[in-house]
Amino acid sequence: MADIESRVRDIIVTELGVEPSKVTPEASFVEDLGADSLDTVELVMAFEEEFGIEIPDEDAEKMETVGDAIKYLTEKEGA
Amino acid sequence: MRGGLIELASTGMWVPEKVLTNADLERMVDTTDEWITERTGIKERRIAGDDMTAVEMGYRAGKAAVADAGLEPADVDAIIVSTATPDRLLPATACDIQARLEARDAVAFDVWGACSGWLYAINIGSGLILSEQAETVLCVATEKMSAIVDWTDRATCVLFGDAAGATVLRRSGGNGHGILSTYMRSDGTLAELLYRSPLDSGSVPVDVAELAVRDGYLRMAGREVFKNAVRSMCEAVDAVLEKAGVTKDEIDLLVPHQANIRIIEATARYAGLSMDRVWVNVDRYGNTSSATIPVALHEAREAGRIEEGSLVLMVTFGAGLTWAGMLIRW
Ligand SMILES: CC(C)(COP(=O)(O)OP(=O)(O)OC[C@H]1O[C@@H](n2cnc3c(N)ncnc32)[C@H](O)[C@@H]1OP(=O)(O)O)[C@@H](O)C(=O)NCCC(=O)NCCS
Repeated sequence: MADIESRVRDIIVTELGVEPSKVTPEASFVEDLGADSLDTVELVMAFEEEFGIEIPDEDAEKMETVGDAIKYLTEKEGA
Repeated sequence: MRGGLIELASTGMWVPEKVLTNADLERMVDTTDEWITERTGIKERRIAGDDMTAVEMGYRAGKAAVADAGLEPADVDAIIVSTATPDRLLPATACDIQARLEARDAVAFDVWGACSGWLYAINIGSGLILSEQAETVLCVATEKMSAIVDWTDRATCVLFGDAAGATVLRRSGGNGHGILSTYMRSDGTLAELLYRSPLDSGSVPVDVAELAVRDGYLRMAGREVFKNAVRSMCEAVDAVLEKAGVTKDEIDLLVPHQANIRIIEATARYAGLSMDRVWVNVDRYGNTSSATIPVALHEAREAGRIEEGSLVLMVTFGAGLTWAGMLIRW
């Protein structure tokens, strides 16, 4: 199975329909990748599905960049 | 108990003439056509005036459905009404509609299933027919949402509209036509995500009476409802298909609850259906609660998108939370 980082990137590319090259750790979902508030909800749902976890709203709100998501999901997976 | 299938023998609908566009809403609350269109797909909704009641709306849709079935109101054995916006809490809206219809030989009662209420009503009606307590059942959804939304709350008032829809249920003529499978669920632990705040009233229990806001308006946690909506509609898709032993690619038309185009698209994607196999009218009516599906069915039939033999999948969700699905061979 692919590592967490590439699974996260793949989901972002599919869900937001963006170029893989744009999915850098610093990229903000809203500012750089053109996500609106509902896209971010759908993205979190896709993460939940892929990793079989529940992401509480408080945590979801803090995930602003690609790096935030990778870090959060890596920690969750490690737990 | 005699077996066999129950069919939707007819459809009927009624919507008010008055159209409220996103541009109109821009003048009422701090919003834009762009925001509403992108987040919800809604462009306009119908609004019943002060002189129009939920009973009258439901009566008009119900009368149309009875006529479409080639029947008279006197032929109706049961009237089941779904509404979240009754004109008064007692008696049941169904009784007032019965009186307007002059359907003297019918039993009449309401179901409270919020946006899922119409599919719940059909399920109950089918049960009455299968258990030989009725032959002809009229199921009506009538929703005057404009009466219960807070017109100063931009997060909810842009979403809803008024409409009524109805169908007549009868035993199917055979050949496998009729309701093939159904699915109904609720989760009361999620009630706070979407509810209508109570009004000051003697019957309000203490804990509810302590609520700060008692204005009778709809309250909603949009994002949480969104997530649950997508999940529960997808669950309903799987459940009804599995029960009927039908695969996704056999579906001719998906007629989902019309709350938000983004929820509809997510459900269609899950069901593996391109949008040309999905009936969408949320752009024209907004969310009319339990009336969305009967109105959509009626329009899809008029447009020739549902014909004899069509396999039609319906899924819905709403306050409760409630959710449901139904598969019909038309
Ligand atoms: C209602 C819904 C469209 C809101 O979308 P959302 O992305 O969740 O929006 P949020 O509530 O997070 O709000 C995002 C921002 O838009 C603002 N906003 C809300 N409504 C707005 C409107 N009509 N116009 C402009 N801005 C609006 C919010 O105030 C918020 O601003 P902020 O970030 O400055 O605080 C969406 O949650 C939804 O469709 N949920 C399901 C609702 C539903 O179907 N209910 C019926 C069930 S039967």
